[in-house]
Amino acid sequence: MSDATGPLVRATDLAKTFDVSAPWLNRVIERKPKMLLKAVNGVSFDIERGTTLALVGESGCGKSTVARLLVGLYEPTRGGFEFDGVDAHAAFKTPEGRKLRRRVQMVFQDPYASLNPRWTVGDIIAEPLREHEILNDESDIEKRVAELLQSVGLSALDRIKFPHQFSGGQRQRISIARALATQPEFLVCDEPTSALDVSVQAQVLNIMKDLQRKHGLTYLFISHNLAVVRHMSDQVGVMYLGGLVEIADKHTLFDTPRHPYTRMLLDAIPKLHDTGRARTAVAGEVPNPLEPPSGCAFHPRCPNANARCISEKPEMRSVAGVRVACHGVEEGRI
Amino acid sequence: MSLLQVKNLVVEFPSRKGTLRALDDVSFDIAPGEILGVVGESGAGKSLTGAAIIGLLEPPGRVGGGQILLEGHRIDNLPYAQMRAIRGRKIGAIFQDPLTSLNPLYSVGRQLIETITTHLPLNAAQARERAIQLLQDTGIPAAEQRIDHYPHQFSGGMRQRVVIALALAAEPKLIVADEPTTALDVSIQAQIITLLKSICKQRGAAVMLITHDMGVIAETCDRVAVMYAGRVAEIGPVHDVINRPSHPYTEGLMACIPDMSQDRENLHQIDGAMPRLNSIPQGCAFNPRCTKTITKCGNQRPNLMTAGNSQAACWLNETGGAA
Repeated sequence: MSDATGPLVRATDLAKTFDVSAPWLNRVIERKPKMLLKAVNGVSFDIERGTTLALVGESGCGKSTVARLLVGLYEPTRGGFEFDGVDAHAAFKTPEGRKLRRRVQMVFQDPYASLNPRWTVGDIIAEPLREHEILNDESDIEKRVAELLQSVGLSALDRIKFPHQFSGGQRQRISIARALATQPEFLVCDEPTSALDVSVQAQVLNIMKDLQRKHGLTYLFISHNLAVVRHMSDQVGVMYLGGLVEIADKHTLFDTPRHPYTRMLLDAIPKLHDTGRARTAVAGEVPNPLEPPSGCAFHPRCPNANARCISEKPEMRSVAGVRVACHGVEEGRI
Repeated sequence: MSLLQVKNLVVEFPSRKGTLRALDDVSFDIAPGEILGVVGESGAGKSLTGAAIIGLLEPPGRVGGGQILLEGHRIDNLPYAQMRAIRGRKIGAIFQDPLTSLNPLYSVGRQLIETITTHLPLNAAQARERAIQLLQDTGIPAAEQRIDHYPHQFSGGMRQRVVIALALAAEPKLIVADEPTTALDVSIQAQIITLLKSICKQRGAAVMLITHDMGVIAETCDRVAVMYAGRVAEIGPVHDVINRPSHPYTEGLMACIPDMSQDRENLHQIDGAMPRLNSIPQGCAFNPRCTKTITKCGNQRPNLMTAGNSQAACWLNETGGAA
C-alpha cells in the first residue's frame, strides 16, 4: 500500500482504438482507406477504495473494452490508468507486474465459456494460486480452495466436480471464487449476472455484496441493467459511443439525471408496479461507431440538440457535484 | 369463446432411463386480442409450451396427453402438412434471436414475399406491395429500399422489426413471441414492446408473450401465467399477480428483482435451484425451496385453485387464507 488515501483506481483519458481496415492488398487495389474504430475515446474516472463504480450503456458503447483495459487484457492507445498510485500498464510489462496482476482480477459474463470444461473445479480455482506461486504446498492449496468454495456458498466437496455438473448461478460463483483466489483488492465484473435468471441473479449479487463488505473489495461493475446497477453501486458512469456522458453518485444520478441520454435510459426501464403503463421509448439507435456523428455523439437522438451540439463536442464539466458532458446542461437549457 | 385453449397438456421426452415429463398438466386459454404473458426461470417449460402450440417440438419430444384447441379445433394431432398451413397463417411466431430466425442468404423482401404468397392468394407484385406496407407498419424507415437488403445490413432492433413483420405477414390470429426482446438493449426493447403491443392491438391479434422479464410482463400483458418445473404455478390478471401474488414462488420471484425506488442491503433470494426433470420433488414441486410449507406440501400435489382474482397451485389457498 503505497498511498492509502488516494483513489485505488484512477483512469485518465483512457482510449482504445481498433484497426478494422480491410486487408492491405484490398486497401491498395480497391483504394479503401484505413478504418479505425474508436471503442473507448478518452474516459476518465476514479474509484475509491471499497466502493463500486458501475458503468452502464447500450451494446457497443465500450463498457467491456474499459473492463479489459483495466485488467491489462488490452493496451490503451492513449491515456492510462493508475492502480494504487502506480501506472499499471507500464507495470504490467515488468516482472514486477505479476504482483500487480494478483491485485486486479476479473469475473466474466458467460459462466459457460469462462470455465475450462476439462478441468475440475478444484483445479480451476487453484490455477491462480499455482500460477502466482502464492501457495506451493498441495495440502495448503486444497485447504484454500475449500475456503474459497465455502465463501461463495458452495461445498468444499464440490472441488472434484467438473463445471458441467453445476447450474449457471453456481458456475458464476466458481468464477468469483477463482477471481478471489489471489486475494485481489480490485475486481472487474463484466455483466456477471446478465446470463442468469432473476432468482439466481439475486443469489450472486448478495454474495458479491457480502464479499465486498467482508474483504473491503473495490468493484468495477459493468451492466446494462439499471436496477441491478442501482442496487450494487456507489457511483454510476453512463457511457455512450465510447465516451462517458455522465458520472455521479448513484442517488444523484437516479434521482436527478442530467444528461438527456441518462434520462432516456431511466425512462426506458419497465416499471413493475405500474402495470400497463407504456414506456417512453428511446428514439433511434446507437450510431455506427465507425462513422460517429459530429459534435456530441448523442445529438441525432437528443430532443434538446441545437446547432452547437451538432458542431462542437461537449467536454466533461462539473455541474453541482456531477460530471456531465452536455452543452444543454452547461448552458442551463435542460 | 377462447381463441386458444390448452387443456391438460403433457409434453414428454422418452429417454433410456424412462420418460421425462417436461410439461405436466398445463392448462390455460387465450381470448381473441388478449396478451398472455408466460414467465418463469430457465427450465420452467415456458418455451416448450410455445413450441407445442406452434407444433415445433423437437423430437424426441412429443405431446403425451391433453389437447390444444385453436378456435375450437384440435391442432395438436394434425398431420404435418395441415399444421404447416396453420403455422404462419393462423399462428405467427417470433423468436429470441432475430439473426438466426432470418435466412442470411435471402433479402428480407424475398423472405416476406415467400411467406405472403404461401398463405395469401396474391400475385408477386401485390405481395411485394404488401411486404413494403408491413415493413412500414413495423417502423422501418425507407421500406422501399430496405426491402431488398439482407439481414446482416439491419441492426438488432431493426431485424426484430423484420421478424415481427414476417410473423404478421398472413394476418394470424395468434402470435407466439418467445423472448422477443431478450437479445436487445433496454432502449430498443422499449421500442419493440411498444410496437408489438400497438400493432397487435390494431390487427386484433392475440399474443402469447414468453419472457423471464417481469418488467416486460407488467407493462404489456393482460394476464400472466407463472410457470415452475413444467406446471403453471399461478395464473391471473397481471395487476393481481404482481401486486398480490398468491403463490410463494411468484412472491419470491417478485422480491428478487432489484427495486428502483428503495435501497436494500441484500436482495431477497430463493435458495436452491429449479429441480431437474428426473428429480421433481414429490407433492408440490416448489416445496424444498418454499418458506411456507405445510405438511400437505410434501406429499400431495396442488392443482390450480381460486385465490382472489387469480388461480394458484398452492395448498395455502385451499382454506382461503392468503399465501
